Amino acid sequence: MIPLIFGITLITFTVIHLTHRDLVGRETEPKETATYGDAVIEGTIGEPSTLIPMLAGDSASHSVAGMIFNGIVKYHTDLSVIGDLAESWTISSDGMVIVFRLKKGVKWADGVEFTADDVMFGYKTIIDEKTPTPYKEDYMQVKKFEVLDRYTFRVTYKKPFAPALTSWGNLVVLPKHLLEGKDITKSDFGRNPIGTGPYKLKKWVSGQEVVLDSNRSYFDGRPYIDRYIYRVIPDPATLFLELQAGGIDMMGLTPIQYTKQTDTDFFRKNFQKFRYPAFSYTYMGFNLRHPWFKDKRVRQAIAHAIDKSEIIDVVLFGLGSPATGPYVPNTWPYNPDVKKYEFDPGKAKRLLKEAGWEDTDGDGIIEKDGKPFQFTILTNMGNRLRINTATIIQWRLAKVGIKVEIRLLEWSTLINEFIDKRRFEAVILGWSIGLDPDQYDIWHSGKTREKEFNFVSYSNPLVDTLLEKGRRTFDIEERKKAYYKIQEILADDLPYVFLYVPDAIPIVHSRVKGIKPSPIGISYNLPKWYVPEKLQRYRIEP
Amino acid sequence: MKIFWKRFKRNKLAVAGGVIVVVLFVIAVLAPFISPFNPNDIDRKHILEPPGARHPLGTDDLGRDVLSRMLYGSRISLAVGFIAAGIATITGMLLGAVSGYYGGWTDRAMMRFIDIMLSIPTFFLVLAVIAFVGPSIWNIMIVIGFTSWMGVARLVRAEFLSLKEREFVLAAKALGASDMRIILRHIMVNSMAPVFVSAILGVASAILVESALSFLGIGVQPPTPSWGNMLTSGKDNIEIAWWLSLFPGIAILITVLSYNLFGEGLRDALDPRLWRD
Amino acid sequence: MVCAGKTPEIQNRALKMLTYLIKRLLEMIPTLFGITLLSFFIIHLAPGKPTDILTELNPKITPEARLKLEKYYGLDKPIIVQYGMWLKRIVKLDFGESFSGDRRPVMERIWDTKKPLLERRLFITFLINVLSMLIIFIIAVPVGIFSATHQYSLYDKITTTSVFIGFAIPSFWLALLLMMLFGVHLGWLPISGLKSMNYDSLTLMEKIWDRTLHLLLPVFVSSFGGLAGLSRYMRGSMLEVLRQDYVTTARAKGLSEKRVIYGHALRNALLPIITLLGLSVPGLIGGSVIFENIFGIPGMGQLFFMGVMTRDYPLIMGILTIGAILTLIGNLLADIGYMLADPRIRVK
Repeated sequence: MIPLIFGITLITFTVIHLTHRDLVGRETEPKETATYGDAVIEGTIGEPSTLIPMLAGDSASHSVAGMIFNGIVKYHTDLSVIGDLAESWTISSDGMVIVFRLKKGVKWADGVEFTADDVMFGYKTIIDEKTPTPYKEDYMQVKKFEVLDRYTFRVTYKKPFAPALTSWGNLVVLPKHLLEGKDITKSDFGRNPIGTGPYKLKKWVSGQEVVLDSNRSYFDGRPYIDRYIYRVIPDPATLFLELQAGGIDMMGLTPIQYTKQTDTDFFRKNFQKFRYPAFSYTYMGFNLRHPWFKDKRVRQAIAHAIDKSEIIDVVLFGLGSPATGPYVPNTWPYNPDVKKYEFDPGKAKRLLKEAGWEDTDGDGIIEKDGKPFQFTILTNMGNRLRINTATIIQWRLAKVGIKVEIRLLEWSTLINEFIDKRRFEAVILGWSIGLDPDQYDIWHSGKTREKEFNFVSYSNPLVDTLLEKGRRTFDIEERKKAYYKIQEILADDLPYVFLYVPDAIPIVHSRVKGIKPSPIGISYNLPKWYVPEKLQRYRIEP
Repeated sequence: MKIFWKRFKRNKLAVAGGVIVVVLFVIAVLAPFISPFNPNDIDRKHILEPPGARHPLGTDDLGRDVLSRMLYGSRISLAVGFIAAGIATITGMLLGAVSGYYGGWTDRAMMRFIDIMLSIPTFFLVLAVIAFVGPSIWNIMIVIGFTSWMGVARLVRAEFLSLKEREFVLAAKALGASDMRIILRHIMVNSMAPVFVSAILGVASAILVESALSFLGIGVQPPTPSWGNMLTSGKDNIEIAWWLSLFPGIAILITVLSYNLFGEGLRDALDPRLWRD
Repeated sequence: MVCAGKTPEIQNRALKMLTYLIKRLLEMIPTLFGITLLSFFIIHLAPGKPTDILTELNPKITPEARLKLEKYYGLDKPIIVQYGMWLKRIVKLDFGESFSGDRRPVMERIWDTKKPLLERRLFITFLINVLSMLIIFIIAVPVGIFSATHQYSLYDKITTTSVFIGFAIPSFWLALLLMMLFGVHLGWLPISGLKSMNYDSLTLMEKIWDRTLHLLLPVFVSSFGGLAGLSRYMRGSMLEVLRQDYVTTARAKGLSEKRVIYGHALRNALLPIITLLGLSVPGLIGGSVIFENIFGIPGMGQLFFMGVMTRDYPLIMGILTIGAILTLIGNLLADIGYMLADPRIRVK
């Protein structure tokens, strides 16, 4: 009897242990080969401008700052919100009050404990009118911020605000004891930050590299990689050459590099490539105030004249998927069943004819009321993918009788002189999609004033209502319904021709283990990456 | 004139340069007729193909034929070269003439202005201005033109300073000829030769500047092919598409070289100081 | 001022040179003024404001926040006032704060006193340019002389052609080709940056070697074009000098050809070269934009390009001015060199 019970218990325990991973839902593989040490070098084109998150407008700064600072909450790989510095939180039933309880014993890199006072300080700083930050908006919705005790704080909103929870990221976490009373723009903090995160800044050589050392007492466990270096190399060709020469271990590839240059034995042996849909999409936006583009048939005709698969094949080498709306496939707000526009130049011509456009004088360009159909597409310089996309569209539209000029502009000129002032006919740009589906600022008819983001001047009262609905409720199903309907309408109205969602294609040296690609990328678990002892390349003295 | 020809023909390199200059001009003019493909035709089935039967110089990252694009690119290079050099030369002549003829404060101010212009690294200047006013082909021509006139101006000024006091000028003045007439008819004509040489050399350097600008991304806009912007995509694909980097680079090299050889040859042939031997 | 042991003639000459020097320095001032005006004018040709790069296409910014940003950067005052404000500070070499790069003072971005000399941007560009000039000089002079003394020979034709090719080659193309060849295929030279990853752990000798290797390609590319120009001028200058009467005289006197060339002719032929070297400074500085970008060298050229792309007005004006100042200094030095070398010079 007893041996039987013992045997069953033993087997049960063994089975549970082997399936432990599935029960808990998180990765709990035995890390017997995970060793500390080594350094990983990431090559990047852009250099951070400052390491204070709320002051930085560029992605390079946020990338690095993200390793140094934690947020109150963060995203899990399944896109749900989990706590970073927060242990837990409760949201009131009307959604207007959130109480956060922070983890205890988290220390800033200088040893002082992190408390709710630091969050209050961060919040006060970001809404301070003296702080030059572009991210105030979300925090201006807060009516009251109260510190309840050392590790608890309560936020009360003026109105229910669905993106509220996720707004408590790393923008508002700053060390009060170091910055109180100082002007953060003048302090040295942007170049010598102190954070709570897995890495701390060791040195920053302007124009060359940012060196981060691991935080041995990181609250979530000491990172395995002892040092992380961002090496700034402004030229993509050089970047790739450095990768091969061993000067960098990691970089974001271009579609051509991914497809044609990394399939040799050398690459297969020494590198690992990753590929997953990025959280962004590229589109061609029409200025809906333009008399020609006001006609929906014209917009739809243009969509039919473009062969999205051709663009994805040629520009992205197949590393992407067609976009049908402002959401990325396989995320919960994404609606897969909206109207699609197959490549059909014949249909395009018919629609154009319906709208009054025909080639009456045989010069290859269609006219209406004596005016030839000619317009200019604007896009920004330096982005090879967008430039090639514009070129392909230009060529395709020529085949249905539309003449397109392409104008490349330097980024700030494009935004300030043309987009903001609505002085454009069409533009090719991309949006980075936040993880919260609220896109009020882009589609709401009220957001069309100068410098606001509905620069195409889109106006649809039903969409307006749905947008409002989507952000004022916390019920995921309700929100989903609203966003699904919005996508249906957008697919018909076509204020943009949604072009493609590119794949993110990073490459990392093969000695780095523990990388787990997910919808939110590969760097989310960087502190858990490691290099087995015998493969380590660099010895870092503490 | 005859002496000049004889001297010029002796310099074989210069003659070769001259011949190529003419050939390039002809090619540029005939480009639409001799291109095998439309330079803008995108072909998803022939992306980044090496030189072969169908595409003798290969294809680029959008499947477009490199040979055709290079033929059309010559039009841009030559157009920019000629017009920019033209603007530079004319500006230089005018300013140099005025400065040299009138002398005095005008001259001093002009020399100061030239010093200023020469002190700022030209490429910095061009880069800054283009990036601010936008890279249209006209802007490029104008900016390059307005930043390279200084050499011509100095040359013309020197001529004027030396010729101003000569008898035929004094005679013309005595006869009541207007300043303008003297400047144009008498003095200018005598300084045409070195100015012409300057102009030719100016074409070469304008082409180099345009290709550098296009290479950096602030030159000619897509889909218009220019040798410089073809080299940018060459750079991006340097390891897998050597033909994209090689041919446009060679084209620039040969063109600039020919103009330089031709110009230098002209200069040697025209230089009176070298006549004695 | 009595200098014991010096003859009045030398004293006189020293005085003349000093006066000339002061005159030149004074002359430089209006030129400098003109340069600042020109830079300022250029910057304001541009439409738009530099705060745009900070705000980008970010759905989170309100129009009020944007206005505040602009006020913060002082962009709401009239142009004359802006220029006046700027000029006042320039005299102290204070070019204001860079709009990007964490709002550090422009001068600090160019010449960071917190960093070792070898790592300051201005110094880096300066170093590369000086090395280029040295190389140009060392190579171009003998090549030019030899060409002149063996005019029309095969050697002359070959060097002429290769020198011309050097003149016609786009530097960025050359850079890429060399990088591919020496950096990747042969693996002999590093392809970017100024020092290796493990620089800090190297011995002094190794450190010097490491830096040298990194500098090899950039300096070569930088000097390539200049080589052509200078050797050509050397040749021309030498040719001209060799035709002078005093050379014929020297030959007639029976001096050996070698003495004629190296003793008399050379000295005089070199004079315009010195001036030319000085004049090549702006070209070198300008060219640094391209190769610093390609080779990833953190010098002033790279900084300028970044500044232009991000519309960083203070930075652009600062670098344009500094570049111009360097040029003026280069010219001044060339003039001084010329003056010292030529005993015949008449100082007006």
